[in-house]
Amino acid sequence: MTSAKTKFSNKIIFVLLCALTVAILYPLLFILNNSFKGKFFISKDPFALPNSETFVGLGNYVNGLIKTGLFKAIGWSFFITIISVVLIVLFTSMTAYYITRVKSKYSTALYYMFVFSMIVPFQMVMFTMTSLADKFHLRNPLGMCLLYLGFGAGLSVFMFAGFVKSIPLEIEEAAMIDGCSPLKTFFGVVFPILKPTAITVAILNAMWIWNDFLLPYLVIGVSTQYKTIPVVVQMLVGSNGNKDMGALMAMLVLSIIPIVIFYLTCQKYIIEGVVAGAVKG
Amino acid sequence: MEKTLKKYFLVFTLPTVVAFAFAFIIPFVQGVYLSFCKFTTVNNAKWVGLSNYKTAFSNGQGFTSALGFTVTFTVISVLTINLFAFIIALLLTRKIKGTNIFRTVFFMPNLIGGIVLGYTWQQMINAILYKYETTIVSNAKYGFWGLVLLMNWQMIGYMMIIYIAGLQNVPGDLIEAAKIDGATPWQTLIKVKIPMVMSSITICMFLTLSNSFKLFDQNKALTDGAPLKKTQMLALNIYETFYGKTGYEGVGQAKAVVFFIIVAVIALVQLSFTRSKEVEH
Repeated sequence: MTSAKTKFSNKIIFVLLCALTVAILYPLLFILNNSFKGKFFISKDPFALPNSETFVGLGNYVNGLIKTGLFKAIGWSFFITIISVVLIVLFTSMTAYYITRVKSKYSTALYYMFVFSMIVPFQMVMFTMTSLADKFHLRNPLGMCLLYLGFGAGLSVFMFAGFVKSIPLEIEEAAMIDGCSPLKTFFGVVFPILKPTAITVAILNAMWIWNDFLLPYLVIGVSTQYKTIPVVVQMLVGSNGNKDMGALMAMLVLSIIPIVIFYLTCQKYIIEGVVAGAVKG
Repeated sequence: MEKTLKKYFLVFTLPTVVAFAFAFIIPFVQGVYLSFCKFTTVNNAKWVGLSNYKTAFSNGQGFTSALGFTVTFTVISVLTINLFAFIIALLLTRKIKGTNIFRTVFFMPNLIGGIVLGYTWQQMINAILYKYETTIVSNAKYGFWGLVLLMNWQMIGYMMIIYIAGLQNVPGDLIEAAKIDGATPWQTLIKVKIPMVMSSITICMFLTLSNSFKLFDQNKALTDGAPLKKTQMLALNIYETFYGKTGYEGVGQAKAVVFFIIVAVIALVQLSFTRSKEVEH
């Protein structure tokens, strides 16, 4: 079927796609390139490769790390993301299971509130939520995890509930008749079946929490030691008028590296998860 | 089984519900109430009726101009992102070699957070504009198109993945049949492929619509509203009203309620769209 004409047009498309690849990667290569140049040379000729005069080795990285404490922020970002995702997967799957299997006014009301919360923009609750967090001493990493459980609940319960509905009741009933408690039934029988959805929920929430800026910025703030990566990057630029462009470039590179590694290792799950989330959400 | 499970409602739902109450239910109810009050903290609220809403839409608040900017930006970015993403998806479903690598690269920007992305692009765009002795914050047009470019760069890959999934589900014999009937590739695209992926198009349109409309991080990092708040979007305008100067918290909350209502209407329109599609199938 492939004629000479389609072969030729496929070649042109291939070249086009290669050009597009370069265009997509260019901004990342741009900051990588400039992160090795002295700060005074960056604005002079930002597109040139570093040469013996402009090259400063890892100087910008050292400078930036001293200024921002980015490594610590990477640590806190990891901590908050991992704990929050574990809490979300564990507790929202249990809640979703309960409200799908038990039909009561309580569970119906809860379900609709979770769905409703998905369409409410963050600006609607940010001021009141921050003062509530202040009152209950939630302005710390563990408090953040609790808040993420609350904010993540809408989409996560919704996605789990959709999947629980498709599991036949007989399996659970058999387990119950064998004397399993509801908790044992859930973790022994239901949760393993939910695994694909659990992976999707974990990935969607991990991406959101890792990159989230406004919630940690408002709740944890800029003056504590618990800053996350986006907060630190924002502070580096926002704090001083006399910007250290070299340090900024270096810190941007360091912020992107963990995501790229995560993406390249779990690419299949990430793409599948994001598509599933988009279609269901 | 339902009866035994029902007794466990605290175990299954309490953690999620507590977190959900802190992050969403209480702040939301408080937020609606406070939009009718004058306050600086949640404890000194005084009922003022609709005056916050009147102030929100008055001149000098920048809310209506932010709304205008947001709507224009959303329309342009929804159209460009979906057009480019669809074209790329068509190119990547022709079984050209390297398709997987292209897909991987094109999707990657989607994982990088808005703040980090915003500053990366700010550096890139400024590097180009320095040659003409200007910067991105000196002209609102630069800020607008910069934001469009950034959003395209970030979201094309994501939408492309959804379009690819849709295109791969178009039955091959349908396209074969069209070819045998003498349809040109263009006719096959318009009469067969596009109608068959209508549900993907709906999903992508609304995803880009709500993401663009609610945009905050990228807007904050790229221009922060400069020059003279001309590139300020709604979410940033609300944020500035809350935290920019004291005494306007109530106005900020009223703006947030208006913002929420617009977003909710968009979501309801989307729901009715998807529902009517489901009936057709």
